[in-house]
Amino acid sequence: MPNHSASIQLCVQKLRILIEDSDQNLKYLGLLAMSKILRTHPKSVQAHKDLVLQCLDDKDESIRLRALDLLYGMVSKKNLMEIVKKLMTHVDKAEGTTYRDELLTKIIDICSQSNYQHITNFEWYISILVELTRLEGTRHGHLIAAQMLDVAIRVKAIRRFAVSQMSVLLDSAHLVASSTQRNGICEVLYAAAWICGEFSEHLQEPHQTLEAMLRPKVTTLPGHIQAVYVQNVVKLYASILQQKERDSDTEAAQELTRFMVERLPQFVQSADLEVQERASCILQLVKHIQKLQAKEVPVAEEVSALFAGELNPVAPKAQKKVPVPEGLDLDAWINEPPSDSESEDEMPKAIFHDEEQRHTKQQPPKADEEELARRREARKQEQANNPFYIKSSPSPQKRYQDAPGVEHIPVVQIDLSVPLKVPGLPTSEQYVKLEEERRHQQRLEKDRRKKKRKEKKGKPRRHSSLHTESDEDIAPAQQVDIITEEMPENALPSDEDDKDPNDPYRALDIDLDKPLADSEKLPVQKHRNADTSKTPEKEDMPVTEKKSKKPKKKEKKHKEKDRERRKEKERKGEDLDFWLSTTPPPAAAPAPPTPPPTGCLEEEPRVNAVITAPEEEYEESKRQEQDEEEEERDPEKKPAKHKKKKHKKEEKPKDKKKSKKKPPVNDEVEEPLENGALNEEPLPPMSSYSLLAENSYVKMTYDIQGSLQKDSQVTVFIVLENQSNSFLKSMELNVLDSLNTKLARPEGSSVHDGVPVPFQLPPGISNEAQFVFTIQSIVMAQKLKGTLSFIAKNDEGSTHEKLDFKLHFSCTSYLITTPCYSDAFAKLLESGDLSMSSIKVDGINMSFQNLLAKICFYHHFSVVERVDSCASLYSRSIQGHHVCLLVKKGEKSVSVDGKCGDATLLSNLLEEVKATLAKC
Amino acid sequence: MIQAILVFNNHGKPRLVRFYQRFPEEIQQQIVRETFHLVLKRDDNICNFLEGGSLIGGSDYKLIYRHYATLYFVFCVDSSESELGILDLIQVFVETLDKCFENVCELDLIFHMDKVHYILQEVVMGGMVLETNMNEIVAQVEAQNRLEKSEGGLSAAPARAVSAVKNINLPEMPRNINIGDLNIKVPNLSQFV
Repeated sequence: MPNHSASIQLCVQKLRILIEDSDQNLKYLGLLAMSKILRTHPKSVQAHKDLVLQCLDDKDESIRLRALDLLYGMVSKKNLMEIVKKLMTHVDKAEGTTYRDELLTKIIDICSQSNYQHITNFEWYISILVELTRLEGTRHGHLIAAQMLDVAIRVKAIRRFAVSQMSVLLDSAHLVASSTQRNGICEVLYAAAWICGEFSEHLQEPHQTLEAMLRPKVTTLPGHIQAVYVQNVVKLYASILQQKERDSDTEAAQELTRFMVERLPQFVQSADLEVQERASCILQLVKHIQKLQAKEVPVAEEVSALFAGELNPVAPKAQKKVPVPEGLDLDAWINEPPSDSESEDEMPKAIFHDEEQRHTKQQPPKADEEELARRREARKQEQANNPFYIKSSPSPQKRYQDAPGVEHIPVVQIDLSVPLKVPGLPTSEQYVKLEEERRHQQRLEKDRRKKKRKEKKGKPRRHSSLHTESDEDIAPAQQVDIITEEMPENALPSDEDDKDPNDPYRALDIDLDKPLADSEKLPVQKHRNADTSKTPEKEDMPVTEKKSKKPKKKEKKHKEKDRERRKEKERKGEDLDFWLSTTPPPAAAPAPPTPPPTGCLEEEPRVNAVITAPEEEYEESKRQEQDEEEEERDPEKKPAKHKKKKHKKEEKPKDKKKSKKKPPVNDEVEEPLENGALNEEPLPPMSSYSLLAENSYVKMTYDIQGSLQKDSQVTVFIVLENQSNSFLKSMELNVLDSLNTKLARPEGSSVHDGVPVPFQLPPGISNEAQFVFTIQSIVMAQKLKGTLSFIAKNDEGSTHEKLDFKLHFSCTSYLITTPCYSDAFAKLLESGDLSMSSIKVDGINMSFQNLLAKICFYHHFSVVERVDSCASLYSRSIQGHHVCLLVKKGEKSVSVDGKCGDATLLSNLLEEVKATLAKC
Repeated sequence: MIQAILVFNNHGKPRLVRFYQRFPEEIQQQIVRETFHLVLKRDDNICNFLEGGSLIGGSDYKLIYRHYATLYFVFCVDSSESELGILDLIQVFVETLDKCFENVCELDLIFHMDKVHYILQEVVMGGMVLETNMNEIVAQVEAQNRLEKSEGGLSAAPARAVSAVKNINLPEMPRNINIGDLNIKVPNLSQFV
């Protein structure tokens, strides 16, 4: 392949420009491309290490992840510690577990790459691993465990240190196990137990560790970890026993055995078969030892022989290098070749070769006693059969699994071709720096160590840094010293060192996490609330109704009288101004007939002001105002009549409202809406009653409402107001029926008979009558001609009068305000069986809020969802047509898209909506 | 290949969900939820790429998203798609939506669900990008609309005739035109009550 280095160089330079760009997307892509180049041309990428390190601090997680990928190729002996230290601080700060896990695997990847090539100090690495075990909620416990095992096995010089660290870990096992039973950090206990057991000779206080491993709490660990515990407890036991016997402390030895016999049964009862099997086996063994001890027979030698032997790291290539023994022809058939058909299944040569090699057992060069060898064989066999014992062992090269009956296979002394480098401390300054940060407590010891190191500085470094740890040949030159110095209290410093960096960061974590989450959520809810509260719909109704209950009662008395009299309304406005004037912004003219264009900004203070106005004062002023009105307008009114009417009127609309869940459709909406404005934008006064007919005697206003229960009926509410000084009686209403629409008449009466109005009207009084109409088709608006006939009686006599009117049934009047959830709304639209139509009205200056309120009020819609200046509305006809609207407000125009099961109904409705909007 | 297209608003309410690989309903919802939480955490001024991890196809898949006023558009793609290309595609999709529904808003996605899907089908089909030219897409959608109108014209004709007659305002305007039998099937209401 030709040499592309020039073009690669150029490429990387261009990528650098991308990465340096302020645009985060380019930065990301630059790093992504860089990592692709790294795979083939690591050298050229390494030149931009500074850039990658810089990206590690980026605020963007995606970019950090990409930079992490690149780091793999960036590390060297010199900067490894620095980089890992940086990563460790990131680990502490990281919020999401995914990112933290990613960091953890990256740290381990970086450190362990190509046989720990970059690690100059394994003590440092072990302490990093131990620190990582404190991570909460990581899924990679097994990774850490594997590293611990690998390092402890392969780096002989570190074993002492590793064992001390591991014993501390075992001692504080409750911390690890309790917090993270499920997410697998307890896997590290597996490694810790194994290391402590296997290298028990390095333990400072083996008895303490033994106790830690036999705690009752251990039984809560996962089964495979318990199994390792049980096995290694015996190893530990053997080594302690040996020590005690060497000291000829038989008392202590027996005490130890008793302790074992006492504690082991807890594992025998384990639900895990593996644990149970091992424990019962070992329990019998220990009991046997106990018997021997009672007879004062020295047993330590034999017990420790159970676990004699060395575990040696084997180079990855070692397998291949085993020479084929003389006289072994691998190509020759052992048996007669099988038939042709079977021959295809025969094993490929290479595999056979491998198999052969795997069985080769590596024997320690020194000759063992036969007895010992046999025992060890037995032990290895047992271990080989034990899936837990071996499989987790991190170094694939390790030859631990020895099959039985392979002793006859020639054993070759393997000369490892890949020596594992365990350099001394070429970067001791850095290490010291790290130490300083991590171990505040060990100042004294450190001084000592420094002194010793100084002594050594005269020595040529090469020797130590180049020394290899191949098979048996490890030169424990420097490290041993260091280990002995650090041994005693390693536990404490490493505990301490965590606290220092961790505490502030943890505090930060909490601070950052919680408020963030809240602030994330709070605005969301607020927004929603604001959204819903702005829709003048049923959600608000309870509040509105409650608040306006009292005023409503009183207002109702006047509702009809008030209706058309502008001047009175103005007066009322003045009144309201009067009582509102105690509150700061006097802009609160609540009920002018035409909607004053109020800026959104002004609303809020006013709303607050109104809210803060004392309730009593508020009602008081209302009462006053009403009294005034009554006095002025009905000077000759008798209070008794008031009461009567009040009751009548209240019952009817109230009941209806409750049963149908509709907004207040009566004309007293002025007040409720104003009250409703306490927590929303002030709405212009709206009344669903419109004028039907008027003459000098009587004025008729009407409203039409449908009911869901009766799909072909609407009720027409007609308010009759006596405008004369005459007494009106014998009122009768008659309508010319059409085929489609018929007035429901009392039974027995003919189509031409009128329906009597069930009350009489004294002068100045108004009252409401209801008439039920049956409708066949609701898809079109229609008009019915009708007549009201009555007798007007005054002092001069009585006259028979008539008033003609035209009753207009708009399509809107067939709609019933029905709430709808947005999910159901979406499903309805998804169904696709609605026809669509749309209108657009230009030149509208009204605020969207008011616009929406108007459509909802006049056309019986409810708001499903509202987003900015766009809202979806829903309603249902009495015959069950779904009507969906999408109202959007542009600069000056409003567009309304509608969907409905009936195209005609929809187009008629939209025409009506358009007419309403045109008035805005 | 594009694995999924998710559109949800700032509150995590899905507005448009399209998977190009089969997932059970619950998994789909979970994906939307988790994607929303992933995306929500991110500032506006950081990059638009996100490694979704375990959600959809594992580490090979990326989430490429864009945040418009109230909506997040998230495309889940594998490594064969160009990141910037997809970013641009999102922009094209949104601009097309804006052209088709003037002043597009998230409620349009609900209200015109059918049309949104048409548009999406013009842009992406079966996880493959079909068309990136906005004019081309808009032309196709308009053709579709015309077709729909010409077909819908038959059923809408009576209504138009009636309103025309009404607008003439003849004195002898027919009182009753029974067009009840024109009613298109009304979906069952029980679920909305």
